[in-house]
Amino acid sequence: MFKAKVLIKRRPSILDPQGKAVEKGAVHLGLNNIKDTRIGKFIEFTVDTNNKQAAEKEVNDYCNKLLANPIMEDYEFTLEDVK
Amino acid sequence: MKNKFGVVVFPGSNCDHDAYYALKKIMKAEVNFLWHKEHDLQNSDVIILPGGFAYGDYLRCGAIARFSPIMNSVIDFANKGGIVIGICNGFQVLLEAGLLPGVMIKNKSLQFVCKDVYLSVENKNTIFTNKIGNGKPVKIPVAHGEGNYFADTDTLKSLIDNNQIVFKYASADGSLSEESNPNGSTENIAGIINKNGNVLGMMPHPERACDPVLGKTDGRMFFESILSNLN
Repeated sequence: MFKAKVLIKRRPSILDPQGKAVEKGAVHLGLNNIKDTRIGKFIEFTVDTNNKQAAEKEVNDYCNKLLANPIMEDYEFTLEDVK
Repeated sequence: MKNKFGVVVFPGSNCDHDAYYALKKIMKAEVNFLWHKEHDLQNSDVIILPGGFAYGDYLRCGAIARFSPIMNSVIDFANKGGIVIGICNGFQVLLEAGLLPGVMIKNKSLQFVCKDVYLSVENKNTIFTNKIGNGKPVKIPVAHGEGNYFADTDTLKSLIDNNQIVFKYASADGSLSEESNPNGSTENIAGIINKNGNVLGMMPHPERACDPVLGKTDGRMFFESILSNLN
């Protein structure tokens, strides 16, 4: 069994109004060095197989078809063997 | 025989009854609700994906709704030339389903925008718009937090080249500007069709502009166009 950790980031070319709004909060906190805040998603789950190749394929499918929208998001993931 | 509209009901849809009411009581059409777990489109001539927050809009707006059982039938229907309309959240579902190009992101202002807007009809030669008369902009309400339409340069060029941009946010006199754009959409885009012209997505709510008691009736012309093309 594998533990998958997926990180989804908005493509650099896509505006992130949410990140901009959150950064305004940083300014209100007096954190004046915070720049370029961008908000993504972190998703974790287990993959119930011992075949790493099969696990990678399934995670890629999950990411491409549902977790990320490839038009505006990029994703990366790690798989940890948790037996 | 009356034309049949099918209004899909996802968990979290909240404009399904608005669409049903406008079609049944105002436009005098036959309407059925289609539950998201069903596959049967009940011989509908037109499918409407209504506004709301399908599946809580978790992950991304429309992302989970797109995989509900009824959507397999809707996608088949659309690919065979059936008429499909996505309004607001329904538009987001059509984008996630790949039936229309582009994506929707949060409004530029970060605020949920709920107000009447004016739309210029950019393509009158569609089954959704050919009865929208007199060339003036139509007054239709919007109500959304994520209606900021984004398409990359190639997609945008393809939309323009194929005359797929149907509605743009305009001012009352029909001019297009940043001020008349409620959400930051690329090119003031409010509604687009697919290349075949049978699938339309729009953020504004024509179903909320049919009953005179609500103070505006421009939405009727939209449904009249569809009905006249069915007969």
